[in-house]
Amino acid sequence: MNSKTSNNIATGVIYFLVACVLAILVFLLGYILITGIPHVSWHFLTSSAQSFAAGGGIRDQLFNSMYLLVLTLIISFPIALGSGIYLSEYAPENWITGVIRTAVEVLSSLPSVVVGLFGFLLFVVNFHMGFSILAGAIALTFFNLPLLTRSIEESLQDVSELQREAGLSLGLSRWKTITGIVLPAALPGILTGIILSAGRVFGEAAALIYTAGQSAPTVNYGDWNPMDSASFLNFMRPAETLAVHIWKVNTEGVTPDAAAISSGASAVLIVVILLFNLLARMLGRWLYKRMTATK
Amino acid sequence: MDEIKHDLQNPSKATHQDLFGKGITYLCIGFVSLLVISILYFITTRGLATFTTNHVSLWKFLSGTNWNPALLDKHGNPQIGALPMIVTSFSVTVLAAVVATPFALGVALFMTEIAPEKGTKILQPVIELLVGIPSVVYGFIGLSVIVPLIRHSFGGTGFGILAGTLVLFVMVLPTITSLSVDSIKAVPMFYRSASLALGATRWQTIYKVVLRSATPGILTAIIFGMSRAFGEALAVQMVIGNAVLMPHGLLTPSSTLTSQLTTGIGNTTMGTLPNNALWSLALILLLMSLVFNVLVRIIGKRGALKK
Amino acid sequence: MQEYDYNKTHIIDIPLELAMKTENLQVFYGDNHAMHDASLEFPRHRITALIGASGSGKSTYLRCLNRMNDRIATVKGKIMYRGMDINTKNINVYEVRKHISMVFQRPNPFAKSIRENITFALKRNGIKDKNELNKRVEESLKAAALWDEVKDDLDKSALALSGGQAQRLCIARCVAMKPDILLLDEPASALDPISAAKIEDTLMELRENYSIIIVTHNMQQASRIADYTAFFHMGHVLEYDVTEKIFTTPQIKATEDYISGNFG
Repeated sequence: MNSKTSNNIATGVIYFLVACVLAILVFLLGYILITGIPHVSWHFLTSSAQSFAAGGGIRDQLFNSMYLLVLTLIISFPIALGSGIYLSEYAPENWITGVIRTAVEVLSSLPSVVVGLFGFLLFVVNFHMGFSILAGAIALTFFNLPLLTRSIEESLQDVSELQREAGLSLGLSRWKTITGIVLPAALPGILTGIILSAGRVFGEAAALIYTAGQSAPTVNYGDWNPMDSASFLNFMRPAETLAVHIWKVNTEGVTPDAAAISSGASAVLIVVILLFNLLARMLGRWLYKRMTATK
Repeated sequence: MDEIKHDLQNPSKATHQDLFGKGITYLCIGFVSLLVISILYFITTRGLATFTTNHVSLWKFLSGTNWNPALLDKHGNPQIGALPMIVTSFSVTVLAAVVATPFALGVALFMTEIAPEKGTKILQPVIELLVGIPSVVYGFIGLSVIVPLIRHSFGGTGFGILAGTLVLFVMVLPTITSLSVDSIKAVPMFYRSASLALGATRWQTIYKVVLRSATPGILTAIIFGMSRAFGEALAVQMVIGNAVLMPHGLLTPSSTLTSQLTTGIGNTTMGTLPNNALWSLALILLLMSLVFNVLVRIIGKRGALKK
Repeated sequence: MQEYDYNKTHIIDIPLELAMKTENLQVFYGDNHAMHDASLEFPRHRITALIGASGSGKSTYLRCLNRMNDRIATVKGKIMYRGMDINTKNINVYEVRKHISMVFQRPNPFAKSIRENITFALKRNGIKDKNELNKRVEESLKAAALWDEVKDDLDKSALALSGGQAQRLCIARCVAMKPDILLLDEPASALDPISAAKIEDTLMELRENYSIIIVTHNMQQASRIADYTAFFHMGHVLEYDVTEKIFTTPQIKATEDYISGNFG
């Protein structure tokens, strides 16, 4: 076979492979949206789930997912920010930093089910928290921390060294230089990182089934006292999320319309995550423009 | 004059701010490090209990093919052979990587060598979307599309390693692709120009020059993909069949380490042998994750030496 | 490149009031001895230029003067300022940098508005009064000859300024802190000739009130603006004298070769 023919064949094969991947994605999204959207109705979004009867909704699961996401970000962002600043700004070049970097890498590559089991062992069992939103939020924090830390570190690293020198040469402390100059300049990147991590957290289930639990007790959406056990804000109640719900109705198989619920719930999940992705892009671009624009 | 002298020789607000800032960030990173240490410690001690407290032999655990921790066999030993799950986990992982790699390389080459601008513009979002789809959704589609498809085409239940492989292949595709793109992009431009100037075709250049020099990076990408496949729990659990049997082919129901863990932990009591045995499975997962990490490092070092 | 005798130097003492001086300053990057025994005196309210080929150590030396090298190098020897050695552990570097401020080679405005670029550090140093802040903004921008160009756009992003404007903003930012000494590290080298000329004019004006030490590889620039000039070569200061003498009757062979364009 001469080189020209093999060149053409190889190019053809690459085009074919790319087409396959595109087809897979189109199929996935198409399948979820086409089978799912018809099941998404106002009723579906606003009524509670049914275990043994058809026609259940996903109100509580949707709320739980959102609530867990917010709690997770509240806990993980400050820690990730501190760690990201340490790694980018303060970490000296020595073996301790090497060990810490390895630790972060190990944490990010741990299977989420292992992280979930650790959360289960430590908080649900040892600390007697039981299956609770708090335990779930902490497990998700562990899952989220290394990824968020890394993205914050990278955003900070992208800020030119000149900015730091400028701040320091004016007699500002390192800390003020970082928080007042470097951090604002890195903001678009950091926000994009947060929103993308929010998408991951929102769809995560394996870390949650043994921490936040697999049941969604009826809660009172009018009760704003987080200490109250019936309140929707209560930290200590079990809280099945949307992703866990999809897994559960499919594996337990006692709900008659499991397929319909799963496709509806998957569609909602995907739409929310797509929105997160879109939002991340737009916000990043908008902030960047605002910072460099002539007002 | 003396005032300036005093200022210069004494700590100021800035000094305190810096101490404060350092303190806070050290605390954060300390927390993260502590977290990693405690995860390793807790999972390890729990996972070893099967062998230290229940005196199960490690060899039997790794080579036994019967998994029924609650029951004793005819010699009075607990039946905890994890081999079926280990074999299944490795099978789906390797198969998924084998299927995904050509696709990933095709997409990566398209994005870097064939149509860099257009390719990136179209395929970058494709990769990001594939990453963004949650694993339960992959599992659900596997369950409602792939499993019936296999059932109709090949008979049987449709659950099994093949279904697991097909689901995992799509899930690891974006990981392998994006890391391959990075490593192919890192190949210096003049390698390509030199090869093309010598009269090589584009494919010869890609095959003999670009892929050759990107090999360590691509291997790393594949290992990262395998690491993701090995640790994936719910998507696999939904399509693998969850029967703890030695797999006799790609079509019989079986069980991976992760699927057994997710199904089992809730049904066993803390501290009992069946429960301890599950933690031992978790320990295998943890150790494998570390092994993948080490492999990536070794390849990284080798690759760096060659250059 | 020719080897020169680094033991043969010609370094004068300054017969004027001093802004600062160094005694036997040495810099090490790890094992690399980047600067050998530099002892120089800098006069108050004059411009001193540090010249030499790239890699001669002039920027390294300059960055020591307000301790910007702290994190990347080991600096030995004395840096005397107001009768104190400021190269010691117990000196508060943040205070040092308020008095000895630095402008860098590449313009580095903050990703903030023009006004905030100037007020940011001022506010952090306890100046809260709005009138005072506005006054400082106007004064410093005038001092840096930028006021007329930007006075209507103070709230626009500083990143939208041209390179020359941005560099003058960086000078204004330092001037607003009312430092004692201004260190400039090749401030005009990244700019076009017209912007560079504006920077030179600005420096000549600032000379009235500030002691200025400027690193430059542009010999014309040094001869135009500097009162005194030091010649650096391979990590040694070989000659230091009145600028005119350096350029007309250099005492050292290396200096002569450099200014006549034999290397560098």
